[in-house]
Amino acid sequence: MTEIQLEKITKKYGAIETIHGIDLTVKDGEFVVLVGPSGCGKSTTLRMIAGLEPITGGDLRIGGEVVNEHEPKERNIAMVFQNYAIYPHMSVRQNIGFGLYTAKMSKADKNKRIEETAEMLGLVELLDRKPSALSGGQRQRVAIGRAMVRNPVAFLFDEPLSNLDAQLRSQMRIEIKRLHQRLKSTIVYVTHDQVEAMTMADRIVIMRDGYILQSGSPTDLYENPSDIFTARFIGNPSMNMISAIATQNGLVAQNANAVLSVASPKVAVNSNVSVGVRSHALTVGEPTDKTGLTLNGEILVLEPLGSETLVHIDTADGVIIASAPALHQLAAGQTVSVTANVESLYFFDSDSQKALMRP
Amino acid sequence: MSTTISEGLMQAKAHPGRIITWAVLLIGGLIMITPILFMFGTSFKDASQVYDMRLFPEYPTLDNYIQVLSDGRFLRWFGNSLGIATTVTLSNVFFDSLVGYTLAKFDFRGRYLIFLAILSTLMIPTEMLVIPWYLMASKLGWIDTYWGVMFPGMMTAFGTFLMKQFFETVPNDFLEAARIDGLNEFQIWWKIALPLVTPALSALAIFTFLGNWTAFFWPLIVTTSQEFYTLPVGLTSFAIEQSIQWEKIMTGAALATIPTLLVFLVLQRFIVRGIMLAGLKG
Repeated sequence: MTEIQLEKITKKYGAIETIHGIDLTVKDGEFVVLVGPSGCGKSTTLRMIAGLEPITGGDLRIGGEVVNEHEPKERNIAMVFQNYAIYPHMSVRQNIGFGLYTAKMSKADKNKRIEETAEMLGLVELLDRKPSALSGGQRQRVAIGRAMVRNPVAFLFDEPLSNLDAQLRSQMRIEIKRLHQRLKSTIVYVTHDQVEAMTMADRIVIMRDGYILQSGSPTDLYENPSDIFTARFIGNPSMNMISAIATQNGLVAQNANAVLSVASPKVAVNSNVSVGVRSHALTVGEPTDKTGLTLNGEILVLEPLGSETLVHIDTADGVIIASAPALHQLAAGQTVSVTANVESLYFFDSDSQKALMRP
Repeated sequence: MSTTISEGLMQAKAHPGRIITWAVLLIGGLIMITPILFMFGTSFKDASQVYDMRLFPEYPTLDNYIQVLSDGRFLRWFGNSLGIATTVTLSNVFFDSLVGYTLAKFDFRGRYLIFLAILSTLMIPTEMLVIPWYLMASKLGWIDTYWGVMFPGMMTAFGTFLMKQFFETVPNDFLEAARIDGLNEFQIWWKIALPLVTPALSALAIFTFLGNWTAFFWPLIVTTSQEFYTLPVGLTSFAIEQSIQWEKIMTGAALATIPTLLVFLVLQRFIVRGIMLAGLKG
């Protein structure tokens, strides 16, 4: 039973509070990703779980036991760092074996464990090399090996892929995910990359300014964001936002080049409402009878991605990004209209930033 | 290969700045090496040739070496110097780096003040410190002992400063990773941090060894009987009592350079930059 529970955890540096009483339970075997912009407190939270940062207030429980005052080694967790932190003066074998430094095992048992770990991570041929002779991906794998070798109760990852190039990153993403499926271990993973969060997590926890904004499965957060921040943070490209005003006869767009034909959500008349729409819900072309939103503007830039083309359109609500089929005949400078169905629209209170019930 | 050399020459031609650099370095090198060559040259001369300014003697002889080495005192002083310099070096490597690491990597009240206090001792010249050292040594009965020669140098402000600066470049991630791997703070210093600053450690060892091997002023003051003399003090007394026989003095000095050369040859290969970066992102 290796549940990790954070109860009203706070962190203060001097008089400044950076984590404001967060509650979070990571279930046994769950892969939880803490995600948020720089300075949101995700790494601090992870370091408090690891024991590298003292906890100012609240209780941290690992496996039911309060461990606030425990040394990192007493918590039996393993951590993989952003810049690998594998010891440059030791071989791969020594690095992996270092995880067993304090373990009371015979040398033969230790070697067996090291070799099993290396086998699992495809490092067998590299065991006698020094880190300087390894590629970035291999170094990261050694770091994971050092974490794995002593069967910790949980793994903590602090932005482990951010130093790798794009191709390697997607490869390592899959490797870590497969590893989790095999080991069924509890993982807390910190990243600022929403793609990593979406692709790997059982559950995503969105943090901002030391608060947890929302937590849920990737699809849940994508489908039902609780506020504008989450809506724009999850999904790529970010959700487009159009300003509107609630009237008795339905929503009215604030800018002339947007046309809304949708009832007002449950909000006071004359309230400011932000209407959200994802790029993939926007269709470049003529309106249909289900159309809830029509936008007109000039194409600024086209971003062909192969399978689709992202169309950046200049409107009074800022640049709106729509996705068009790859072969669509479009050119920069052209004026287009894009439309979206009523069902694909999201509504937020512009003042509180919170999501509103659909009308 | 020949093209590479000619290309190199072409490049040198293209950069007059480089020619000047090499010329300055060459002149500086010659100025430094000439006395050493004269020292070795003179050690192979007999008394009649000493004032003959030829670099290499016409009739080289090993007599000086035989005489110096057969005088028991020389070997005794050589051993004293070796023991003292080695002990002080080991002590500095251990304590300077331990204190430097603590000042660099631990956050505690008064850390900055302690560092400033250590650093400020660098501003006091040795000549001024000799009096309190002597008083201390005499009160504690350390005059004319090995410990008396060694104690002022067992830990130095310079070494502490040097090691602190180097430990600051060791990324905290290494130390934190080790902390999670279950090492205690002493083990982290010994197993992780120390191997990452070997270049600085080697430099410190070389400086300390050379400084103590050639130290003259303090050993001269604190020792009175010949059996505790270090080599520089001994060689001087040698010179005085034997009405300055330059060939003998040069022979002693030539023999005295051997350990320093060895120390440098052994340790300089550790002074390689960049070993630390290998464990981190590229």
